[in-house]
Amino acid sequence: MSKQIRGLRRSRIRLFSVIVTLTALPCLSQAQEIGDHQYTSEAIQAGLRVYSRECALCHGPQGDLVSGINLARGEFRSAQSDDDLRSVITEGRAQGQMPAFDLRESELSGVIAYIRAGLDPDGIAIRIGDAVRGLALFQGKGECASCHRVNGVGPRTAPDLSAIGVERSPANLQLNLVDPAAAILPINRPVRIVTRNEETIIGRRLNEDTYTVQLIDSNERLRSLIKADLVTYEISEAPSKGPTNLTPAEVADVIAYLLTLDGES
Amino acid sequence: MNTLNTGIAKLVKSALKGCLALLLAGQSLYLANAQVPYDRILNAADEPQNWLTYNGGYMSQRYSLLDQINQDNVGDLELKWVLQNQVFGAWQSNPIVVDGIMYVTERPNSVMAVDAITGRVFWKYVHTPDERARVCCGANNRGVAVLDDRVFMGTLDARLIALDRINGEVLWDAEVGDVALANSVTMAPLAVKDKVLVGIGGGEFGIRGYVAAYYADTGEQAWKTYTIPGPGEPGHDSWQDDDWMHGGAPVWITGSFDAEQNQVYWGVGNPGPDWNNEQRPGDNLYSDSVIALDVDTGELEWYFQFTPNDPYDYDAVQVPVLADLNWNGMPKKVMMWANRNGYFYVLDRTSGECLVAKPYVRVNWSSGLDENCRPIITPQPDGMPTYPGNQGGTNWYPPSFSPRTGLFYFSAWEDYATIYRSEEQEYTPGRAFLGGGFSVLAPAPDAPTIGIGRTNPVNNWTDEVGHASLKAMDPNTGEEVWEFEQYDVSDSGMLTTVTDLLITGGREGYFHVLDAKSGELLYHKNLGGQIVMAPVTYMVDGVQYVSIISGNSLFTFALKG
Repeated sequence: MSKQIRGLRRSRIRLFSVIVTLTALPCLSQAQEIGDHQYTSEAIQAGLRVYSRECALCHGPQGDLVSGINLARGEFRSAQSDDDLRSVITEGRAQGQMPAFDLRESELSGVIAYIRAGLDPDGIAIRIGDAVRGLALFQGKGECASCHRVNGVGPRTAPDLSAIGVERSPANLQLNLVDPAAAILPINRPVRIVTRNEETIIGRRLNEDTYTVQLIDSNERLRSLIKADLVTYEISEAPSKGPTNLTPAEVADVIAYLLTLDGES
Repeated sequence: MNTLNTGIAKLVKSALKGCLALLLAGQSLYLANAQVPYDRILNAADEPQNWLTYNGGYMSQRYSLLDQINQDNVGDLELKWVLQNQVFGAWQSNPIVVDGIMYVTERPNSVMAVDAITGRVFWKYVHTPDERARVCCGANNRGVAVLDDRVFMGTLDARLIALDRINGEVLWDAEVGDVALANSVTMAPLAVKDKVLVGIGGGEFGIRGYVAAYYADTGEQAWKTYTIPGPGEPGHDSWQDDDWMHGGAPVWITGSFDAEQNQVYWGVGNPGPDWNNEQRPGDNLYSDSVIALDVDTGELEWYFQFTPNDPYDYDAVQVPVLADLNWNGMPKKVMMWANRNGYFYVLDRTSGECLVAKPYVRVNWSSGLDENCRPIITPQPDGMPTYPGNQGGTNWYPPSFSPRTGLFYFSAWEDYATIYRSEEQEYTPGRAFLGGGFSVLAPAPDAPTIGIGRTNPVNNWTDEVGHASLKAMDPNTGEEVWEFEQYDVSDSGMLTTVTDLLITGGREGYFHVLDAKSGELLYHKNLGGQIVMAPVTYMVDGVQYVSIISGNSLFTFALKG
């Protein structure tokens, strides 16, 4: 019985390896393939040129020479969204210590892309929108809060996101929203179990070993089951929710909100 | 009722006291005379009540003739005692048991003499390694050797220490290697005839590896054989320029001995720098090889290299498991070897000739082997996964061979791959010399993966990163006969018995007993901590015990009663 279950899982793993190999890895190294959600590698490269010419003198090649600011790590004095960065660059700040720059639109988006890529010309630059709008989308149109819990509020069936902003990169958050099947952590795959007593259990695994599995079921009960007692044990490849239908700008807003979740609120 | 109970209790108590006194008297008398001369180790199979070498005997079969625990009564195993380690970290030590006394090491370099019936400690010797000691993968020590009245331990600061087995007093303390060059000894030594043999570790630090022998009575060095040939020696031309001087090839797992051949066999580790093989062109002999040395002189008699010019850290540090098999109707002296590189080999141990070799897990760094069992290499493009991954299809954990079933048993890692990255690195004495890095292939971006050892009771990486398969191999064909899968990977070694029990464990902390013939699970118990060494079995006063280390505890079982 357990052999059979394992056999089923093996075939899924092989399929998944193909997905990882063909989709996830190349996508992550070729920014432009993600479409509107992130900056292209051309934009990042262009941004490098603008940054070297205009910004590096004060901010330094690593982006860390101005106190309180670390551009490579995305640490700014007040800016959060890409629009915030845009206005800091075009309007200037700090009584002229940060002068206003008159850049062409392509130069401006390039330098924001380069900053969002962590000052890494080969990095990935994700569009980051407005966190306040993102919260509204998280709770409303995006339907995120109907499964995910944040700071003690919401159901426990899906993973808690209270610290997701420090646990995941913007690129990872974006992939989770637009292609969750490629991004879901294996442990979070939905499971469907039928016991010998003909009880059907839907849930999410918390832990597993050779003989047992521990999970939280759809009624938020902690269950520990002995595999030998199960008639069916299915681990779904697909996450319980498909790709988001939010617009790219809305996805950028949700990412901005998620990045504020640092586990300390 | 109460009075009657009290009376019986008194009677039992006094009877027990009498027995205990007799037992203690008997034991101390025996101790005073007990010695472990070479002949006893040579004929270790004749005294299965003891566990006299790291692998239970010179053939390293980890096969016991004790038959008290069998397939019918294995369900009656119960815990007899637990020894708690006072030092956290992977406990990879393998106990030795001599006449009712167990000798077991603790991190980093302590030795304890333990009563094998109760688990209480007679004495503990503590060596504090030099603060310059450097090891890649934890302050491990895998156990002691015994010979005559001495107990021998290698140390993280590359010393070999001889202790008085009665009181743990230091008899001598020899320098095996230079601690400033990150030489270390993590293996259990091997005592043969009048010498104690030990290898040097440090494959991630650009050492030049060797095996050395010391006279057991004085600590004086008898011979030293480098695992990288020097100028003028055969094989030196498998290196260029001065690469040989810091080419790695460490020896960090105990070898085996064939008295008839008068040869000791050692597995040799990876070349350095680990991941940049373009920086060290050539086959890099004798890295990733087995070497056969004359036990009296250390002279190299033959070698077989599994992975020439290795860029994957595929140390050949597995235990050489020796057996005399019927081979196409003729007796054959063989050596069985499930290698870290994903192939299972059977060699003729009189010559090093490769008799059979087949992959036992998915292998993509090589498309197969030629007629001499040399790999036909197929390096993967940059950024693509290599199978098996960095920790290998298997690694250092000891296998077992049962002459009864004719099968070879070991822990394999399946569906586990690594993406390698190489870079030029200059050698600096005593510093890490890796030439790149690696990441374990994850099933999703930023997903948790498998590391060296397990410290998290929650498995949040899942079997999609890799999982264990205990494999039973037929050495005559090189084929798998059966497997027992586990959800997490396993670094557990094996023990087989004459009653066809296969006893082992895994990272999940389960202690498993299987039918060695069929792989059927007979017994399992959650011991709660990773099992990263093999079980041993012994007998004292007519009771057969099985000891296994899980997490920071050594558990000892016997039948109820």
